[in-house]
Amino acid sequence: MWGVTLKNHLKEVRLFNRRTLAFIILITVLTTALVVRLFFLQIENHELYTALSEKNQFDLVPLPPIRGLIYDRNGVLLAKNIPTFSLEIFPAKEADIKQTIFELQKIINISDSDIQQFYKQMSQYRRYESIPLKFKLSEIERAKFSVDQFRFPGAIIKARLIREYPMGANFSEVVGYVGRMSDYDYEKIDRSEYAATNFIGKVGIERSFEAHLHGKVGYQQVETDASGRVVRILKRTPPVSGNDLYLTIDSRLQKKAKALLKDYRGAFVAIQPQTGEVLALVTNPSYDPNAFVQGISQKQYQELQTSADQPLYNRALQGIYPLASTVKPFIAVEGLQSKVITAQYEISDPGWFQLPNSSHLYHDWQRGHGVVNIYKAIMVSCDTFFYNLAAKLGIEQISKSLNRFGFGKVTGIDLPGERSGVVPTPEWKIRTQHAPWYLGDTVVAGIGQGYLSGTPLQMAMATAALANRGELLKPIIIHQYQRPDQQVIKSNPVLVSKINAAPPVWDVILNAMYAVAAKPKGTAYRVFGEVDYLVAAKTGTAQVVRTKYDKEGNKMALPRHLQNHSLFIAFAPINKPEVALAVVVENESAAAAIARRFLDFYFKEKKRKHKEERS
Amino acid sequence: MRRSLKYIRNFLNPYQSGTQAPYHTWWQKFHLDGPLLAALSTLLLLGLCILYSASGANWEVILRQLARIGLGFGFLFIFAQIPPIKYQQWIPWIFSAGLLLLIAVLFIGHTGKGAQRWLNLGLFRFQPSELMKLAVPMMVAAYLAEKPFPPRPIFLLFAGLLIILPALLIAKQPDLGTAILIVTAGLSALFLAGVSWRLIWGLSGLIAVSLPMLWYVMHDYQKQRVLNFLDPERDPLGSGYHIIQSKIAIGSGGIFGKGWLHGTQTHLQFLPEHSTDFIFAVFTEEFGLIGALTLLLVLLVLVGRSFYISSCAQDSFTRLLAGSLAFTFFVSFFVNIGMVTGVLPVVGLPLPLISYGGTAIVATMASFGILMSIHTHRKLLST
Repeated sequence: MWGVTLKNHLKEVRLFNRRTLAFIILITVLTTALVVRLFFLQIENHELYTALSEKNQFDLVPLPPIRGLIYDRNGVLLAKNIPTFSLEIFPAKEADIKQTIFELQKIINISDSDIQQFYKQMSQYRRYESIPLKFKLSEIERAKFSVDQFRFPGAIIKARLIREYPMGANFSEVVGYVGRMSDYDYEKIDRSEYAATNFIGKVGIERSFEAHLHGKVGYQQVETDASGRVVRILKRTPPVSGNDLYLTIDSRLQKKAKALLKDYRGAFVAIQPQTGEVLALVTNPSYDPNAFVQGISQKQYQELQTSADQPLYNRALQGIYPLASTVKPFIAVEGLQSKVITAQYEISDPGWFQLPNSSHLYHDWQRGHGVVNIYKAIMVSCDTFFYNLAAKLGIEQISKSLNRFGFGKVTGIDLPGERSGVVPTPEWKIRTQHAPWYLGDTVVAGIGQGYLSGTPLQMAMATAALANRGELLKPIIIHQYQRPDQQVIKSNPVLVSKINAAPPVWDVILNAMYAVAAKPKGTAYRVFGEVDYLVAAKTGTAQVVRTKYDKEGNKMALPRHLQNHSLFIAFAPINKPEVALAVVVENESAAAAIARRFLDFYFKEKKRKHKEERS
Repeated sequence: MRRSLKYIRNFLNPYQSGTQAPYHTWWQKFHLDGPLLAALSTLLLLGLCILYSASGANWEVILRQLARIGLGFGFLFIFAQIPPIKYQQWIPWIFSAGLLLLIAVLFIGHTGKGAQRWLNLGLFRFQPSELMKLAVPMMVAAYLAEKPFPPRPIFLLFAGLLIILPALLIAKQPDLGTAILIVTAGLSALFLAGVSWRLIWGLSGLIAVSLPMLWYVMHDYQKQRVLNFLDPERDPLGSGYHIIQSKIAIGSGGIFGKGWLHGTQTHLQFLPEHSTDFIFAVFTEEFGLIGALTLLLVLLVLVGRSFYISSCAQDSFTRLLAGSLAFTFFVSFFVNIGMVTGVLPVVGLPLPLISYGGTAIVATMASFGILMSIHTHRKLLST
């Protein structure tokens, strides 16, 4: 027994030693493999991994440029940047964003619209960037968050400059607003230029002068840790701020015009005739642009969009209105200049006009003005005279002359969304209405009805052209801009077209427009009467629907939204025009009164300024 | 063959060869082994150095690790005093208790990092799987030692059961890394006991065939790890991130490294788990290829000395146990470095004696205590 065990024992040891050797060989092979692997990583590919390691730790961080400021012509601030703190989330670092927001809501008041906005932006956001959840944190909210910050590895508080519009709704139609970049915006921009920017001009000056306002992005090379925290700044290319813009708008005039229009739907445009500078451009109702900066809620936006008053729609640029009787001075210029009629040409007005071989009567707004020449026709706004004149001129000539006054095409103002209105021609009617041109269409065009239409801005520019005795300028909205290096670039007047009429023609027209406001028979006399400045004006009443008569031949009352629009164009003083304006009030007859009160304010302010300068 | 073994023996045991007088030096009176202690201390010292850097000069981490090392030395000392015959007698009980604890963990265990591994014993938390890392090879060795050599298939089958049962329980926690180590420990004991090569190749073939089937029982995160191992670029910010960052750390270390406390990957937090599973990457980033080779050399000294101890052992139980512990120690080192350097999948195993935390360090040191016990409790005369 003992021998067997001994024999087994020896055999066993030999077997064990062989197996141990096998293990030692295996260990040698595996260790060699590791050494080869280390050699491969640390020597063969050392440079590659060094580069990767540097790429890891050195990050190129874009620096947002400071957006240019917007001032009015006198240096009153209209758009500024204020530092705020916002609560933001890195989506890449939070596994369960919904839960995180839920937890954050327990310590900070986050509205449903904030959350809605957050998710909306998450879908269109760059991947490694934090998305604002709530803007303008209060100090208490910041303190609350700091206490619990460890629970939210993907949430941070970030300082951001946010656009603010101190004048609120007074300037939304001109300045516009910035908003978060949409997918559509991303497609248009140079992404590297906007690498650090979240906001882009959406409407108004903010949009049309985006290239000026945005500035140039800066970069800094930083050493970061894995969570993106900056450990050290290595190299810095500072951003270049955007240009500061000085608008031609005078904020006092703008505010006054806005206040005057407060109770109405309508538009107001005031121009400096010699330069074409826009002094005031108002649409009412409008909206507070500040609401859009922080991301307006769906509900708020829907309210603005579906409101019957259409606050988002800029009536001054986009509102297409019949020119109505305000077109008469322009047609009169053409009549006299082309010598189709003379200043002495007279008609006898029975209260209607009739085309030869037609039984249709074109009614005057009054039951006859007696004997009427062009001076009186403008003063009393005689329709019959202009029906007749239009028929004599023909539509081709009328539209050509109105084109020369800038109607039927955009003025080219540096604000987005401008519309052109219509100066009809027979071809235009066939193309768009699929109907032939009738002589009757020409007749109603003579009093600015029918297809003829334009924007308040066009009316103001054409009025300025009357004040300039034929020089039509392009409306200018930027008075000057100042680059970050303090260099100032001023805008210069741009002549669009020149209406070549003899001085006596202008005398007749401007005299007649003077009479509109200054002579007892003038249509604006009741409103203007005795003012201490010389004003040339023309009233207009645009029919929304054709006047209906009852059985006794009396005009029937209409519901408010179908009542006539009132229009008014004017410039003053006649001898040395400083301001030309156009007012449109929808469904109410307040246009002339608004113009009067605006001009009163304008000249009072001017006197006050003079006094101030003297003393 | 015998000559080559003798060469290694001479290399690893500078004191004597062949017969040996116990209690030759003062530490042998306490059943300690000089070369093992020296190599262990070197490794632990290197580990503390790199942990200091990886933790961002956090003394609290160092003190805690020192406490664990102290505990580890305590276990090492105690385990070295226990004569191997006692282990052989107690192991069936210890093994059974370990199995019960593993079952207990499944029901009342504490969850950490998505796995149930811990039992709370009031004073400290305890991973029964660490106990099994020692108990399984010991059980297999004790079982086979009583059977004639080479073992018959029926005994092998039972021994296989002794390995598979705890391994499955641990894999279910889930802790794939420890399960693999336990299987390695058990199988290495079987291999050393002289399982026929025919059976080994046959089983290997079977495993190769059944590997695709394993795919279906794997957890999603384990599948992710395998997929990300095959192609780390698949999800560079998700689970492939570990491997990419680790390779960058090692590769950018170069020959001489970036210097102690100057590893950018670590100190800027790009490298995840840099104090625990990925500490080797920190080490090589800061000490370079030179450091890595030094570390491997110390490892080889430990493993070589352990195999020397096994070859000097006087009975089959201690021989099998020592050989299996030596090989398992090497494998746990190899798997961790293989994973960190991107040649093996990320299985979540710490670098023994160097990684921060866990009962792993205590268990590993205890295993060296057992090795010392085996070496110092030999009879005076040896063949």
